[in-house]
Amino acid sequence: MALDTNQAISQTNAQATAQTTAAAARRVVLLVATRKGAWLYHGDAARGSWRVDGPHFLGHVISHVRLDPRDGRTLLAAAKTGHLGPTIFRSTDLGRNWQEAVKPPAFAAAKPGETGRAVDHTFWLTPAHANEPGVWYAGTSPQGLFRSEDGGVTWAPFSCVNDDAHYREWMGTAQDGTPDGPKLHSIIVDPRDPAHLYFAMSGGGVHESTDGGRSFHPLIDGLDVVEGFDRGNVSFHDPHCLRMAPGRPDRLYQQNHCGIYRLDRPATTWQRIGRGMPAEVGDIGFPLVVHPRDADTAWVLPMDGSTVWPRTSPGGKPAVYATRDGGETWQRLDAGLPPGEAWWTVKRQAMTADAQDPVGLYFGTTSGELWGPAATKAATGIASRATCRKSMRSRRRKSPRNSG
Amino acid sequence: MKVLIPSALRSYTENGWVEASGATLAEVLADLDRIYPGIRFRMIDEQNRIRPHIRFFVAGTQARDLGQALAPNDELLIVQALSGG
Repeated sequence: MALDTNQAISQTNAQATAQTTAAAARRVVLLVATRKGAWLYHGDAARGSWRVDGPHFLGHVISHVRLDPRDGRTLLAAAKTGHLGPTIFRSTDLGRNWQEAVKPPAFAAAKPGETGRAVDHTFWLTPAHANEPGVWYAGTSPQGLFRSEDGGVTWAPFSCVNDDAHYREWMGTAQDGTPDGPKLHSIIVDPRDPAHLYFAMSGGGVHESTDGGRSFHPLIDGLDVVEGFDRGNVSFHDPHCLRMAPGRPDRLYQQNHCGIYRLDRPATTWQRIGRGMPAEVGDIGFPLVVHPRDADTAWVLPMDGSTVWPRTSPGGKPAVYATRDGGETWQRLDAGLPPGEAWWTVKRQAMTADAQDPVGLYFGTTSGELWGPAATKAATGIASRATCRKSMRSRRRKSPRNSG
Repeated sequence: MKVLIPSALRSYTENGWVEASGATLAEVLADLDRIYPGIRFRMIDEQNRIRPHIRFFVAGTQARDLGQALAPNDELLIVQALSGG
């Protein structure tokens, strides 16, 4: 499952540069992508009532749905069915009508004598810089990076990543890493500089470009790898979720296979900030969300990382953990969540936040539930028998995105 | 020739049976894509490989090679497995 909101629009709108109205900015649109299709939840300003729009593409595996913050109405959806090839659908009217991409992300044809790669699914979508209308980036499985300059109609591969000998070695093969295929994810564009890009690979580390994607370099110093392996080898690095603090673009957070990290640029060495998590919980997990206005506040949802990685919350007791000091300390937030026997977790792109005050946090579980903020609760972002949660749960029977 | 479209691809064609032309399987699929843009990539990947769960049959025999010759009066059956469960 993948979740996103219109947070970026609200932020842009606050600067009076977006096309949406101020009233629209106060509303929340929650974008939900699942193995059974996509849904849009339109909430009121109080997040007390939600209008459900969906399913879109019932039966399609939708890995990601993103709203373009530059116009407030264009949606891209990364889709495939269980038995057909992948594609991208595009709507310019907030989901009323959809058109298929003319040229979806696809790897370059193989040279004679070589075995070429084929995109199994597009996993990640990122709208580019505010000054680059119509430009989007996509990350795929097998791992590849793609760019569209026409709003998602046609897509071109980044040969410096997809066909580069070093990157191909670092990526490994479809057999390396994530159960349903290694994924290029967490594509991030610096809001100050459209040429400054980051991305992460579930098999192959974190990477940065300062020249608009003509070249990339790894950014892995300070990150741990699985015991016994060489942390200097990019191949062994498994970032789960990379986030830039919206209000402080020099600050990056990362939930990694081996802990929670923070990096304040221009430094290049990650600091493991998950050491302060309770020992019985640990700092393993998939999602991480940063507060839209406070770079010191972030949330994670830990997962059992003890032995076989069962994709459950530790002890069957799910909780969000919040830091409000950049990772120095963490507080458990579980009000409203099941006190036990909840054998689910939340995957890498299945937690998000809105831009309201107080901020609302949302996540979708591996068991197909959606959770959101209680309408009357304050900043914790966790439901306490919330109206929001109930209304979402009434439509929740959707299988989760099984990305790992 | 007549081409039978599987249910999962009828969002492109709207009909189960459609007409397309070509002297080979590859040419027929290219013609289908000309008429119904995007349909070919859902069946054939960027390396010109038939995707898993997609099968082509001509006169009751499976066509495994995109270069296979087809006659104008042949019927092409496109089958998409709905496996799993």
